[in-house]
Amino acid sequence: MTDESDAGRAQGAEDRKAGDPTPLRRPGEGVPPKPKGDRPSVAGDVAALAGGLKTTLQEFFRPVVTTMYPEEKTPRSERYRGRHYLRRYDNGLERCIGCELCAAACPVGCILVIAAENTDENRVSPGERYAKTYEINMLRCIFCGYCEDACPVQAIVLGPEYELSDTSREKFIYTKEKLLEPLPPDVEARLGAKKKEEAT
Amino acid sequence: MSGLYDDPIGHWVVVVVAAAALLFVVLTATAYTVWFERVALGRIQRRPGPNRVGPFGLLQLAADGLKLAFKESFIPAKTDKVLYVIAPTIAVAAAFLSWAVIPIGLWYNVQYWIADVNIGILLIFAFSSLNVYAIVLGGYASNNKYSLLGGMRAAAQLISYEVALGLSLVPTFMIVGSLRLRDIVEYTVHWGPYTGPIPLILITPIGFVIYLMAAIAETNRAPFDLPEAEQELIGGFLTEYSGLKFVMYYLAEYVNMITVSALATLLFFGGWHLGVVPPVLAFILKVVLFLFLYIWLRGTFPRLRYDMLMRLGWKVLLPLAIANIIVTGIVLVAVQG
Repeated sequence: MTDESDAGRAQGAEDRKAGDPTPLRRPGEGVPPKPKGDRPSVAGDVAALAGGLKTTLQEFFRPVVTTMYPEEKTPRSERYRGRHYLRRYDNGLERCIGCELCAAACPVGCILVIAAENTDENRVSPGERYAKTYEINMLRCIFCGYCEDACPVQAIVLGPEYELSDTSREKFIYTKEKLLEPLPPDVEARLGAKKKEEAT
Repeated sequence: MSGLYDDPIGHWVVVVVAAAALLFVVLTATAYTVWFERVALGRIQRRPGPNRVGPFGLLQLAADGLKLAFKESFIPAKTDKVLYVIAPTIAVAAAFLSWAVIPIGLWYNVQYWIADVNIGILLIFAFSSLNVYAIVLGGYASNNKYSLLGGMRAAAQLISYEVALGLSLVPTFMIVGSLRLRDIVEYTVHWGPYTGPIPLILITPIGFVIYLMAAIAETNRAPFDLPEAEQELIGGFLTEYSGLKFVMYYLAEYVNMITVSALATLLFFGGWHLGVVPPVLAFILKVVLFLFLYIWLRGTFPRLRYDMLMRLGWKVLLPLAIANIIVTGIVLVAVQG
């Protein structure tokens, strides 16, 4: 019986030689011998369990790593892209000139700009035209910041706020009044510094 | 007090008052055991655990209980409605019944108990094995394959480990010569100059190790929580239970945990005796330490595979328990002549 099966195996090996380059191994051949020290033993098992218990007890006495979110917040990058703001010049005029480049750049089409002509009686922005309506649908916005890149007068910028949840869908259409709220002073200062840097 | 206890009517007054007090204490203890478990498990995983409701999250359980109490009392279609409703009540009743015979030392020479029977520990085993009916019937009545699998696992597991659990305590009985829990706590030794109560773990350490493992398996706690096994059985016998019926199972599990801890304290750690510490504080301290051990084990070890569980029960714990009995018997005969 043994001879036959050995013969059969040898025959099989011969058949394979043609196509298959992997040589057949006898059972146990080439397997490294088990190291003697690693034999499973009751003492070893108990030591392993005790090691696990020691680890969890050590973790128990280490400080917690949780950020207590509403009270405590993780730091954000300076260039974090949160909710949008429309900026004004120092003299109070709106920067936006109603060119609609932001709306054109927006990949999801969430910006609506309807421009109107400035007149001498009603001067809203320093340019020829201004944005009569400026709305952003925050439910659609993907916060990519392309509008900020596209704007020729740095009127639209993305601020640091990210807690934008609200109670109705309508409240997510940010109107021009809401967008014209003053930027946080630190962001305004940074944008001013950036502008000077570009000028020099 | 003892005069009132011996009077036929006064006896009932004492028992009813004691039972009412016990319900209050054990329910409160259960709520704070859950809180303790969640906080301790959180710290093991380096998170704070519940900390929003009340100071240190101490009122979290009140909030959870309220939420669960106001859930719709829902019975799934095609369940065995009678068994489905009865099963969780069996779990709770069995869990609380054990406390009828557990004595607690309140002060020096002042002890609390509802029934001081001479087969106390035997009764506790009888009540705790009722728990398996709750789980099997709940699993069967839910008409859900996961529930049924959980119930079947529970049946096999509880029966296997009950044997080892019972046998692990036999050496204690042999040494003390009584099944009354109070006698076991008050067991006095005369070792040279020292005369007084000692923790019996010093005499039967192997019995304690077997008791510990079997008791964790009996209460279906990690790493022996196969009947629940969220990951594979979606909660096992608990799958179809919600609202107050779920609360009953949950309550029973934690009451059982406290029972097992209290029993370990009484049987192996000298009950309410701890040097100069007042008895009731000593008792609570020991129970809390044992509960921490429970949580610590849960936070450390992964669940056993089913065949490993059976192998451990039948091939390791049971022979060990029997060997422990035989050796204890031989030593007792040799010592006492």
